[in-house]
Amino acid sequence: MEMPSPNPAILARKSALAARLLAVLPSDAVIQDAAETRAYECDALTAYRCPPLLAVLPRSTQEVSDVLRICHEEGVPVVPRGAGTSLAGGALPTADCVILGVARMNEVLETDYENRVIRVQTGRTNLSVSGAVEEEDFFYAPDPSSQLACAIAGNIAMNSGGAHCLKYGVTTNNLLGVTMVMMDGSVVEIGGAHLDAGGLDLLGIICGSEGQLGVVTEATLRILRKPEGARPVLIGYDSNEVAGACVSDIIKAGVLPVAIEFMDRPCIQACEAFAKAGYPMCEALLIIEVEGSEAEIEHQLGLITEIARAHNPVELREAGDADEAARIWLGRKSAFGAMGQINDYMCLDGTIPVTSLPFVLRRIGEMSKEFGLDVANVFHAGDGNMHPLILFDANRPGDLETCEAFGAEILKLCVEAGGCLTGEHGVGVEKRDLMLHQYDAADLEAQLKVKDVFDPKWLLNPAKVFPLSVTASRRGVVLAAE
Amino acid sequence: MLTPGNEAELADIILGARGPLCIQGGGTRGLGVGGAVLSTAGLSGIELYEPGALTLVVKSGTPLTEVDKLLAAENQRLAFEPMDHRGLLGADGEPTIGGVIAANVSGPRRIQAGAARDHLLGVRFVDGSGQAVKNGGRVMKNVTGYDLVKLMCGAHGTLGVLTDVSLKVLPEPECSGTLVWHGLGWTAALKVFCEALKSPYDVTGAGRLPPVSGTKSKTVIRVEGFEDSVKDRLKALRKLFADLRPDEQMIEAERNTQVWRSLRDAKPFHGTAGDVWRTSVKPTDMVKVTGQGEFEHVVDWGGGLIWSLVPEGVDFRQKLAEVPGHATLVRANAETRARLGVFQPQPGPLAALSEKLRRGFDPRGILNPGLMG
Repeated sequence: MEMPSPNPAILARKSALAARLLAVLPSDAVIQDAAETRAYECDALTAYRCPPLLAVLPRSTQEVSDVLRICHEEGVPVVPRGAGTSLAGGALPTADCVILGVARMNEVLETDYENRVIRVQTGRTNLSVSGAVEEEDFFYAPDPSSQLACAIAGNIAMNSGGAHCLKYGVTTNNLLGVTMVMMDGSVVEIGGAHLDAGGLDLLGIICGSEGQLGVVTEATLRILRKPEGARPVLIGYDSNEVAGACVSDIIKAGVLPVAIEFMDRPCIQACEAFAKAGYPMCEALLIIEVEGSEAEIEHQLGLITEIARAHNPVELREAGDADEAARIWLGRKSAFGAMGQINDYMCLDGTIPVTSLPFVLRRIGEMSKEFGLDVANVFHAGDGNMHPLILFDANRPGDLETCEAFGAEILKLCVEAGGCLTGEHGVGVEKRDLMLHQYDAADLEAQLKVKDVFDPKWLLNPAKVFPLSVTASRRGVVLAAE
Repeated sequence: MLTPGNEAELADIILGARGPLCIQGGGTRGLGVGGAVLSTAGLSGIELYEPGALTLVVKSGTPLTEVDKLLAAENQRLAFEPMDHRGLLGADGEPTIGGVIAANVSGPRRIQAGAARDHLLGVRFVDGSGQAVKNGGRVMKNVTGYDLVKLMCGAHGTLGVLTDVSLKVLPEPECSGTLVWHGLGWTAALKVFCEALKSPYDVTGAGRLPPVSGTKSKTVIRVEGFEDSVKDRLKALRKLFADLRPDEQMIEAERNTQVWRSLRDAKPFHGTAGDVWRTSVKPTDMVKVTGQGEFEHVVDWGGGLIWSLVPEGVDFRQKLAEVPGHATLVRANAETRARLGVFQPQPGPLAALSEKLRRGFDPRGILNPGLMG
């Protein structure tokens, strides 16, 4: 992984920079000791590590503003960090950067059930936003699988999704307002508790910009009343094609489940060995969940099972009670842990049109043989967001490189099939160099223009999202000015 | 009128333009900007429709009726329920999908299903330098690079001229049901909205139509879905409002369509004299806007969207004073529009960002110049 070489002029100014930051932050908020900055050397993409120059942990929008103003004046790159759960290396430091962590900003600022919104500091974890409104039976809809740990700041940066987005959308569909600090330290307020912010959709462009446009310190989020109930059904098929056809028929019939999860045989085997959920051994397993009142659940499950039966399932299991529902979800929810038990793995998240599912799965199977690495597939079938898990052995020389090459080929395949490189994890550093497979130079130039507007000196998370060759001249402006 | 037949011709026209261009879809909203009219009428047609994947890719100049017809044949629809401006503005022409997207036009279901921008998966457009650009795609989850898709939606053509849009479509529910309260005042109507939207019954519409010629005002709450489920939820809602009983329940398709179209299109203001303003506020701030009883209002989005009929030339934004949100001048004569501005001026820092974005995408300032600021 190529990263820009650190600017020696910045490295030489470490103590002067720390002194300036200590003048505006409490002493425990500036981390400069090499042993301690190491805690910020990577995020959940652990294959790449680099301790930052410094890390700061501000507690307020004002402190974030002070930090950014100083870094802007000093020409020092800043890498914002939520909870560090990015699977794409979104929070990977460079040796000459300041890591700006928002973890200490985790307060709920306002809960407003009448208007169905909550305002939080963005260091708050995703699940604890739902936790804050649970007593009134409300929840915050986007539910990335890291929701116990991941921060709202990171969710906004990556426009995170989750298993239930077929019905509820992703972060951008549930974000109504932000307080954001620009790289020069100025603070902007966008949107609020009203449904549509005026003017150009700046919220829309900020959400998913991977911390490159500003640091969001507070957010107004839409909260929803929990449905009366939810219930899953498990359906097994002896081919991926048939499972894909079943999903398509269910959607065409007008049923909109809240989740449609798909697992292939290698994944079923691993989950079964790990969690012993009692899954049938077959080629493709669907877990489909519907919600609503009891009558509504019955009705929807009736339609779903009727369609499923028409495709001759090898297994069809309805949950009779909460225990059985939990067992149906058990294997799926432990899929990643199960994989981790048997191997190192790389998790991809390309998205494809659901109609291309059988073709893409077949090609991945063929490519698995070519590269000599096994793949297990688990994904959100309703929205086409795949999660191929490539198994490799990190201790075997060359395996990681083969795995990365294989991963890149799978993502190119997703693009060729009419899909995209990443459905919910973000580009980060991981998929940065594949961007030209999805977009041509003019497409990327249009995106770069947006960064030029928000961060003209290209100091915020500058080595991410776009191939370094594409951004070199822009990042070079800063270097030349030093 | 300039009528490119494909993306390359559009790029040539923009590149060769020597002055401002007024970008026009169906021309149903009469933008009132000067310059040569650039019509998307030649960019029309369905490119891809996969009902099983809930996706539609269509050229921007395609008439909305054509899209609706195509989707209806598969029992699907655009869930964001775009309004039809023609009645309100006394305009004719055929609304196009590109116009709907450029203006982020969304109706009553916006509170539950989201706005047009929430259903837009991808765009192709030609920017002010004549450069063709694509962003997003045709899949529902896509975080590959910056989301220019959102930026283009609601940019009113000031960042580029859309050539293709891809959309998420949703199943058309089997049945709609509406509870109606007659003659509720603003505070009681707001209570109905809040209680209904806080309930677990998946309400897809909440609004109030003003009294018309002898009839009382109508406060309406809608649920949609399979027929049994709709009936169940209407029953549960009636129970919820034991102290504030609804006067009527409607499940006949035709009456439902009629009342929700009236709300969607602000029908009580069709053919009236005066200016029409559209205000977006926090729902509980509705009473601050409607409270003085000075003007007539149609309210949608559970209180969050307020249409107001105001005497010609009055600056309604001044009435809003400290209420957070914004007001758009939807119907007024050219003099009033020029004097008050169609869109509410943004706070300095946001106005500066928006201006720089427009300059980035349209360096010569030729695309609908002055429309948004």
